[in-house]
Amino acid sequence: MSSADDFVVDLEALRLAFRDFVPHNQALGLTLLDAGVSPAFATMKLPYDARFAGHDATGVLHGGVITTLLDATCGASVFLKLRTPTPIATLDLRLDYLKPATVGRDVIARAECFKATHNVAFVRALAYHDDANDPIAAAAGTFMLSTPGVAATQRAKEALGR
Amino acid sequence: MSTLLEQLEAAHESGDFSALVAAVPYARFLGVTLETRGGELVGRMRYGDHLVGNPTVPALHGGSLGALLELAAQFELLYRADSVLVPKTITLTIDYLRSAKPVDTWVRAKVVRHGRRVATVHAAAWQDDEARPAATANVTMLVKAEPVSPG
Repeated sequence: MSSADDFVVDLEALRLAFRDFVPHNQALGLTLLDAGVSPAFATMKLPYDARFAGHDATGVLHGGVITTLLDATCGASVFLKLRTPTPIATLDLRLDYLKPATVGRDVIARAECFKATHNVAFVRALAYHDDANDPIAAAAGTFMLSTPGVAATQRAKEALGR
Repeated sequence: MSTLLEQLEAAHESGDFSALVAAVPYARFLGVTLETRGGELVGRMRYGDHLVGNPTVPALHGGSLGALLELAAQFELLYRADSVLVPKTITLTIDYLRSAKPVDTWVRAKVVRHGRRVATVHAAAWQDDEARPAATANVTMLVKAEPVSPG
């Protein structure tokens, strides 16, 4: 494994892997904006779409789609922490909803994987429009590592050049 | 377009909550429908390829399961509530218990405590056996929210 300093993330390849490989991410239009390994983080964007609203009359995004954005971004940050992509599965996820999303605006999530053991990775994340100091939701999650489905991460593995 | 308030009143009168869930765009996107079984609400998320998170297992995306659990908690509160207020989620804690297969998923929620301002709801989602849930959630919701403004 290379040191954090000379480790280069192929952002474009990762972006394609997360979009093309995960049907639900693609259906929501989730895109990877940025990623790094030191600290291990990922940012993803959910474009505003009225199909994801909580009610026809308001157009405000349903909390569930913010949940998905945060879950996906947390998972992405785990890949960055491990560097050698490993099949993962969400074990638990806690979400605090801090304020409603503004109608018509995209939502960004930034997740940081701050610890990974042999079995479990620990992640925290925030969702916001453009200012992380004014968050829409906060998340804390744990992920099981090396879950079944080794082939599942082949694309991400290629994206990381492994 | 009728407001949530009007739809909720109509649902309470008719006992048919399907129109209420149909008014939620995100529930339509996920393919979630509601039915009543012996006076209890049961939700169903029909399988669709767009719900998959990991195509090689294959398994449903954790986010779609989480959203299903949250929707179930919300509708359970609306179903049980005397007043017509929109519950706002404060905190959602999801436990993922087993991989969710690419089939229909069912969900049922139960109000653990309905306080004056906050309600705590437990929801469980399963596929072939309700005793073996794929995911469960504890949801705290603010129930003393503003009435829905006219749409």
